Amino acid sequence: MASQPAPARAGTGVLGWRPGAADLALIALLLIALVGMPVLNALPPDSGLKLPDYMIGVLGKFFCFAMLALAHGLVWGYAGPLSLGHGAFFGLGGYCMGMYLARQKAISAGNELPDFMVFLNWESLPWWWTGTHLAPVALLLIVAVPGALALLFGYFTFRSRISGVYFSIISQAMVFALMLAFSRSELGFGGKTGLTNFSTILGFSVSDQGTRIGVYVATVLALAGSYLLCRWIVRSKLGQVLVAIREAEDRVRFLGYPADRVKLFVFVLSAMIAGLGGALYVPQAGIINPSEFEPAQSIEVAAWVAVGGRGTLFGPILGALGVNAAKSWLTGFAPELWLFVLGGLFIAVTLFLPKGLAGLWPQVRAAVAKRRGGTDG
Amino acid sequence: MTRLHRWPRPGRAARAALLLALGLLVSALQAPPAAAQQADAAAFAEAVQTLATGDREARERAVDRIVEIGHPRAAAVLSALMYRRLATVAGSDRVVLEPEGGGPLEDALTGEPVENPEALETETIYASNQVRRKLRTAVSQVQIFAEDPQARLASTRNIVRAPSDATADLLRRALDREEVPRVEQAIRLALAKVELLAGDAQTKLAAIERLSGSTSPEVRSLLLRLLDRDDVPAEVRTAAREAAASIETRLTLIDWGQRVFQGISLGSVLLLAAVGLAITFGVMGVINLAHGEMLMLGAYTTFVVQQVVLAVAPGLSELSVLFALPAAFLVAGAMGVLLEQTVVRHLYGRPLETLLATFGISLLLQQGVRTIFGAPNKEVSNPFWMSGSIELIGGAVLTYNRLFILVFALAVLAVLALVIKRTTFGLQMRAVTQNRGMARAMGIPSGRIDALTFGLGSGIAGVGGVALSQITNVSPNLGQSFIVDSFMVVVFGGVGSLWGVLGGSMVLGILNKFLEPYAGAMLGKVIVLVLIILFIQWRPRGLFALKGRAGEQ
Amino acid sequence: MAEAETPTARAADKLGAFAKAAKPGAAKGEPVKAAKGTLLYLDGITVSFDGFKALDTLSLVVEEGDLRTIIGPNGAGKTTMMDVITGKTRPDVGTALFDGRHDLTQLREEATANLGVGRKFQKPTVFEPLSVFQNLELALASERGLLATLRFRLDPGRRARIDEILDVCGLGDLRATPAGQLSHGQKQWLEIGMLLIQDARLLLLDEPVAGMTDEETAKTARLIHDIKRRHTLIVVEHDMAFVRELGARTTVLHQGTVLTEGSVDAVQNDPKVIEVYLGR
Repeated sequence: MASQPAPARAGTGVLGWRPGAADLALIALLLIALVGMPVLNALPPDSGLKLPDYMIGVLGKFFCFAMLALAHGLVWGYAGPLSLGHGAFFGLGGYCMGMYLARQKAISAGNELPDFMVFLNWESLPWWWTGTHLAPVALLLIVAVPGALALLFGYFTFRSRISGVYFSIISQAMVFALMLAFSRSELGFGGKTGLTNFSTILGFSVSDQGTRIGVYVATVLALAGSYLLCRWIVRSKLGQVLVAIREAEDRVRFLGYPADRVKLFVFVLSAMIAGLGGALYVPQAGIINPSEFEPAQSIEVAAWVAVGGRGTLFGPILGALGVNAAKSWLTGFAPELWLFVLGGLFIAVTLFLPKGLAGLWPQVRAAVAKRRGGTDG
Repeated sequence: MTRLHRWPRPGRAARAALLLALGLLVSALQAPPAAAQQADAAAFAEAVQTLATGDREARERAVDRIVEIGHPRAAAVLSALMYRRLATVAGSDRVVLEPEGGGPLEDALTGEPVENPEALETETIYASNQVRRKLRTAVSQVQIFAEDPQARLASTRNIVRAPSDATADLLRRALDREEVPRVEQAIRLALAKVELLAGDAQTKLAAIERLSGSTSPEVRSLLLRLLDRDDVPAEVRTAAREAAASIETRLTLIDWGQRVFQGISLGSVLLLAAVGLAITFGVMGVINLAHGEMLMLGAYTTFVVQQVVLAVAPGLSELSVLFALPAAFLVAGAMGVLLEQTVVRHLYGRPLETLLATFGISLLLQQGVRTIFGAPNKEVSNPFWMSGSIELIGGAVLTYNRLFILVFALAVLAVLALVIKRTTFGLQMRAVTQNRGMARAMGIPSGRIDALTFGLGSGIAGVGGVALSQITNVSPNLGQSFIVDSFMVVVFGGVGSLWGVLGGSMVLGILNKFLEPYAGAMLGKVIVLVLIILFIQWRPRGLFALKGRAGEQ
Repeated sequence: MAEAETPTARAADKLGAFAKAAKPGAAKGEPVKAAKGTLLYLDGITVSFDGFKALDTLSLVVEEGDLRTIIGPNGAGKTTMMDVITGKTRPDVGTALFDGRHDLTQLREEATANLGVGRKFQKPTVFEPLSVFQNLELALASERGLLATLRFRLDPGRRARIDEILDVCGLGDLRATPAGQLSHGQKQWLEIGMLLIQDARLLLLDEPVAGMTDEETAKTARLIHDIKRRHTLIVVEHDMAFVRELGARTTVLHQGTVLTEGSVDAVQNDPKVIEVYLGR
């Protein structure tokens, strides 16, 4: 009797989904992504189902965005704070990867300094580039740098109980500050141009289709791993604490839970996932520059999550894939329409679909069940 | 152009200086006495005559004499002799010259054109090489007496290059005669420099004394150069060091003053951008990310009004900005009411959703304007009464449009404060935001008040946009460049208080300007953002927020 | 409540002696000795917001096992007093000791909660999307650290404890219902249940019967009498009928300080109290 898991209100929190439904959908999606797409890509060009080479890169980037959305949704959907600065973590992860790739390029050309530093007549490598040519160091930095920023930012904001719109505005200021800073070429990250023209990753040529598929597969696996990690957390008691913090943070404190530390933990974890997504994005996009830090980009992430469905893990992934697919389809023939659509999407989702697409499904199911119950009885 | 500003010393010295200045003024009004002037003119005529007819030695003496007399025509005569343009006229004492750069012959003494030049038989005067050598310095020296003030000014710079007792004398004489204040200052400075370099210890000390009130970096480096010289007595060096230090202090003060002013100027721009937020965010608690687009709408309204005025009544084009003010208020205000009615009102109590929805609106407005007006910047011209500038102490330039914006921003703030504090609408607005249920129970139509409040905040932003169109590019992205700053002002200053917006914008403006010289504009901004994040650790509700129960909501 | 009154009276005497002996904060080591044996010891607490004194040299002593009701007009400082006890607000001056050892003025909310101070807010705050069962599971006494929470397992013992509390609060049938769907009274009981399962030694209840029907109020009074046997309670209330029903020693707060203290009858007949409530 007491052992039954508590069913929950539709579409909210840890309990928004009957166990398995979202997981099954995601497993199907990832399997198609992992096996289906590369197979379709390997088909002979004249077969009707052949997936063009460039599409692998496009899909790969979408999955990177999905990681960013997952990370964002973990914080917003479960713990409550709406970050308008998650692009900072994505971008920092990307820059760490960009540094590694730029060093690889320089080494293969027999230089010590990356091209842009040579153009700037720099004599030696700045200290903060130390070790970036080593893959393990780069991998460490990819999660450590965004994590450290999140730790610093989160520590200060959560400690002084900055929440709600204040947190949102301040996080937007953070990413804005990064955009300004990274636009300066003195900082040693290539200024406005950023880091680009990469040649090899882990010794493989980045332009090789085999390498691209490798990076693509790594992205899908990283997404799957991040999903599992997040799923474990939100299903644990900590997940309940997160939802409780979202609903009534003060009450959680009076129960004795270290609310600040719990929030800080998921915020840092989220930043690391976002950083990993950004790092995988760079070899597939071929460039990283300060535009990743534009405040509007970070707000768009919130739109993906809102469209997909807050308070779920599947929703943000769905939202990121859906919105970005719509974007690349629409900008293909009517680029000027895209901002209208995106703007309308923001408004429509907040007004009419507060639980996003993921919230739609339980509603539909409930409606269907009701009708069936009606006809049966 | 270096300008020497005297900073009077307090007390007796000041009074003495004032008396001295008065005396100089009086003597300037009387002098030079007519008799002396006539005597000079006669001496000059005699010297010119000697130049024309005398032997080598007589000519050399005449050159010296001319330099000594310092007649306004001296420069013209000496350079004419130098370049063989001076001539005698057969059958008379008259000396004529061909002006520099050609032209009709003129009388050497008066400079008046000669009548019938063809009828005269002239003979060019040739000076020997020795005389010419003497002439070279003399010409540059007598420039100090030239008629053209610009030439006099230029000559002070030349004279300083050859410091000696003689040049000091020359400058003193020039100073006696000078009437143009700007040139007079330049001569004073030049004299002090010459005395500093060439004079004896006593003269040097006196010069240092006079220079210590200067605000010129040039004087300071001159004084510092004196410190490196071995031939200067210790007390002179000490005096020079002290004078340099006091100039340094004064320069720093001026520099600070300038930066404070620039900061206030930047702050007034921030104030205009943020003051509308004090209503929508501060009073209603609605995060309106389309606020920047309200600024943009105001700026585009200015553009449209300007085009209409140019087409309909070109004579009034200078006043189009004034017509744009009410138009922008109405356009942005109406858009605000529309937004409140269609979107924002459905989201009260859900601040994060409001934030996202209004961002959607901002995208729609940006793209809408881009579709209608095109992406490139639109030209909005400044009216004549807003162009131009005044020069401040220390050479800083203050443009009228910045000054205008400062005054305008304060005026907008004052009007807004009056609306909130003194009108029925303001009272109802405060009632609704403080206790909606109670206000409604008292018969206040809270829905309409919400719409109007949002409209007011947006309209104020539109008015701000008119002012911003005068100093920044009018483009669809105009709003985006202000939105982060505006929110920082409100967060920093404290939500819900007009004083907070004023204080916040001014402090941030000044802080930005003080950081800029050390960190550059971009990194300065980054530092400011980081400081704000740290600041709200200390005062999470902003600089001017209420503490305790009233502040917790 | 004869059994509760004697030790409290003794504590009040002690407090009086202490207050006479030394000005607040004058002898730092002293209060610890004086407060020995008391669960909650407040002395000379002053809190001001921008010049307004929400609490003005407030002193209060509650012994282990007491039930204490606190009444007072609006703005008397009841909520601020609770904020001080739970570490939400730092007093400007004054001593606040828990169990004679822990300085409450140096602790934040989560620390005071882990010491055993439980608080129920005036407005019931339960976690609405979570079920009744999950709300209790969250409140269940257990290690509160980050990793401990992540690894938490609901073993049969813990399950039984939750079931027990569900019965005490009369919410057994609603265990799977999201807390947001409970009635107002049910939310209040759930919150009290959460305090019980938290194993708090000192329970602070802020207006537990506000907005309840008479029937619910009576049920709540029974619940509190039931709880009193195992916990120390401070109940802040406006409802005098309910206060009389509890029949406990009562402290009257006025303008941030203690106006009087005694049995319900004594307090109700105190001319000072009547003046504060009816006069002015």
